[in-house]
Amino acid sequence: MIGTSRLGFPGDVMREMDRLVNGILGPAGAPLAGTAQRLVGRPFPPLNLWEDERNIFVEAELPGFKMDQVEITMSGNELAIAGERTGEGEIPQGATVHRRERTAGRFSRTVRLNVPIDADRVGASLTDGVLLVTLPKAEAAKPRKIEVKGK
Amino acid sequence: MTARKFGAGIGDSPMNANLQNIERTGETDVVDREPTRRGPVFRPSIDIYETEGELVVLADMPGVTGEDVDIRFENRVLTVHGRVRPRQEAGALFLEREYEIGDYARTFQVHEDVDIANIGAEMSGGVLAIRLPKSEAAKPRRIKVQTK
Repeated sequence: MIGTSRLGFPGDVMREMDRLVNGILGPAGAPLAGTAQRLVGRPFPPLNLWEDERNIFVEAELPGFKMDQVEITMSGNELAIAGERTGEGEIPQGATVHRRERTAGRFSRTVRLNVPIDADRVGASLTDGVLLVTLPKAEAAKPRKIEVKGK
Repeated sequence: MTARKFGAGIGDSPMNANLQNIERTGETDVVDREPTRRGPVFRPSIDIYETEGELVVLADMPGVTGEDVDIRFENRVLTVHGRVRPRQEAGALFLEREYEIGDYARTFQVHEDVDIANIGAEMSGGVLAIRLPKSEAAKPRRIKVQTK
């Protein structure tokens, strides 16, 4: 994990990370795409994705962000997460700064989903600096149990 | 096991001479006080600033609530430990995993005289703020020069 810098990017590096598009979900049963893209740079913020039968979950750690500093949009099958941490007012004027590792800046990431999502019911929460986006799968994408009828 | 999660590298921003008030004791000095139950322990990214009256440490510890933070001050060493609770159900099927989660720990050597009884801390939005008020003796004073 050493070297997996996250918020530690210098501000302008974070800006250079803008608009990185990662192919994340491959077709059902295919190996996940994304590895090659991730080698290009370290997109901020790193994302974790997991799923259950009903939803796909996307999580990112955004400490110090407020919900109104994060924008989540679904367009077609693409989920975009963008935001900005200004750090404004955290350090009073005139204070002597001894160490500055926490950075401010903008970010934007896009996740392409190959599973149909019910865009009207996408939800998001920001708790203790952790963003969780809940993407309900469209009816057609949910697994169905097929009853086998015996005679 | 310690690891940096989103910390800037050591030496990225060398501290200048008058910044010795608080200093890390060293990267390898972060010790998980409790036996590691799971996963790695991360060094949180921090800011440290000083005003006339206090030293303040801000630490990014996403996923940690106030009740899961343990702060100790002993022999001028400030130790911070934040416990992260699992956020997925056991057996969650990961589609993509770009980061790990784990506890946070970091240790600081404090050279300034601190009013220990009044050290305060609060957690907000995954950011921990620790306030170390300077003891009266350590506060800057302006000396008036008497003229005759």
